[in-house]
Amino acid sequence: MTLKALFAASATAALLLALPASAAELTIGFSQIGSESGWRAAETSVSKQEAAKRKVNLKIADAQQKQENQIKAIRSFIAQNVDAIFLAPVVSTGWDSVLKEAKEAKIPVVLLDRDIDPSGKELYLTAVTSDSVHEGEVAGDWLAKTVGAKACNVVELQGTVGASVAANRKKGFDTAIAKHANLKVVRSQTGDFTRAKGKEVMESFIKAEGGGKSICAVYAHNDDMMVGAIQAMKEAGLKPGKEILTVSIDAVPDIFKAMAAGEANATVELTPNMAGPALDAIAAFKAKGTVPPKWIQTDSKLYTAADDPQKVYDSKKGLGY
Amino acid sequence: MTALLPRRGLAQILALIVILAVDRIVSPQFFDLRLQDGRLFGSLIDVLNRGTPVALLSLGMVLVIATRGIDLSVGAVMAISGAIAASLADTHSLAVVLAAALGAGLICGLWNGFLVAVLGMQPIVATLILMVAGRGIAQLITEGRIVTFSSPDLVWLGNGAVLGVPMPVAIALGMLILTGAVVRGSALGLLIEATGGNARASELAGVGTRAMILAVYVWCGICAALAGVIAAADIMGADANNAGLWLELDAILAVVIGGTSLFGGRFSLVLAVLGALIIQTMNTGILLSGYPPEFNLLVKAVVVMTVLLLQSPKFSGIAGIAARLRRSKA
Repeated sequence: MTLKALFAASATAALLLALPASAAELTIGFSQIGSESGWRAAETSVSKQEAAKRKVNLKIADAQQKQENQIKAIRSFIAQNVDAIFLAPVVSTGWDSVLKEAKEAKIPVVLLDRDIDPSGKELYLTAVTSDSVHEGEVAGDWLAKTVGAKACNVVELQGTVGASVAANRKKGFDTAIAKHANLKVVRSQTGDFTRAKGKEVMESFIKAEGGGKSICAVYAHNDDMMVGAIQAMKEAGLKPGKEILTVSIDAVPDIFKAMAAGEANATVELTPNMAGPALDAIAAFKAKGTVPPKWIQTDSKLYTAADDPQKVYDSKKGLGY
Repeated sequence: MTALLPRRGLAQILALIVILAVDRIVSPQFFDLRLQDGRLFGSLIDVLNRGTPVALLSLGMVLVIATRGIDLSVGAVMAISGAIAASLADTHSLAVVLAAALGAGLICGLWNGFLVAVLGMQPIVATLILMVAGRGIAQLITEGRIVTFSSPDLVWLGNGAVLGVPMPVAIALGMLILTGAVVRGSALGLLIEATGGNARASELAGVGTRAMILAVYVWCGICAALAGVIAAADIMGADANNAGLWLELDAILAVVIGGTSLFGGRFSLVLAVLGALIIQTMNTGILLSGYPPEFNLLVKAVVVMTVLLLQSPKFSGIAGIAARLRRSKA
């Protein structure tokens, strides 16, 4: 084969390879952390749905909770010359060099769900995250509004000690109820974000508070702990949702089941739809060059029994929570 | 001098009484009991009920440790059996569910026992394999979700009661009696102790040490599987990420608090279970106390250290000398 023929062949091949990209459809690489939790699985399935809705070709790389795998995935996305990269960072540091490579290749990066170390602000286009302090505030405001002027002793099930989400959700709730002197957190313990610990801690709260008669409301940093706490209350002969108000965060399907049964009152959603706003930002950036704000805050929606919990349960249960 | 050395079991009973007394101080209603829906209700019942998984684990663990082994995989085995039980609960009878879950525990135990007894791997490494892989297997079974069920039979295992006693407590008591009858009612306990004391000498003396080691790992797996079923029945769901997480360490701690040496040999089933109760009495006390959760682990560490110091012959020797010196000065 002559040199000329070789050139011609490779040029044709390059043209063929370039064809799909030249179509209007966007190709986006998404480096997902892995499947560490039900919420994460739901985020992955919602991302696929949102991409399909917008006719975007979304390539998802599962990093199995390892940063090295995420870095490899990003490098391979750069090599494939994708239109944009979504990254749900497993840790907050160590992204500088790989994000610089993406910047040099002129591929915009959008962070999903978690932020990275502040030194890298210029290395990504925008971050789509929820404000966990705000989630706590929404929960606290709901409780304050529901209770009214009546005195109310609240018990709190905290997340894992040292987790920033737990600290933020506590801070937000405390800020919200600080304005209301009738609301007081009388007991606060960690339930490690799990059902089993949530149940065990609630059992002890009930005993410590005179059989639960003096507890007016339970606030849990996540729904799983609340599901455990609801069982503990029922076993103690109390009526959660009626005698004792409940408010928790995340909006996983099982809390809607409890809500439909009248055993839970409210939950604040940590939306699994981080990809939707990110896809819209990228589309606007690509089409008109609109630079989005550095932080896109997702909606912390409050759900109560008035929001047809059975229907929400049915819509959420297939997402992989 | 010898009078100052604690008699076997005395240190543990003393420790339990002291912790119970402290619990009574932080929570005046600690000893209150009443019936709620045909089931005893109170903090003491919580201690027994919540202590059940670790007590069951320690029943198997103490035999493994007596052979100079250790089983790090029990927490993961709990996750596997819980996942199996929860997945089958709504479609199969309780007998099938239990057979499948306990069968999985048996297979896990056989695997560990095979690695240790036949391939001669060090127990800590051999069981580490299943500790890591087991949780992954459990996650594969549940597909990473919390699998919930509503089968009343299985729920009854976690939340039911016989004569007011919660089912988990009754099961643990039954297992203690069964294990005790098997190992102490025959020469089996002695053979296990001999294997742990000196495997080579025992082998030469005609003890089937391989069979002994294989048997204790299998029993440990079955106990762990039972604990996993109870943990799943308790929350009406299997949480593969968290079920039994780090409980292998609590089980080892319970055995050590119970005075069984990690170097194998002499063991006590009752004291291992007592060790599990000491740990849970302390945990429940911490929850009732209302201290900020940041103190939980610190309090636990101090109490564990105190209990272990009480058991240390050297320490009680030093304490005895100090007491005598003080008396002679006065």
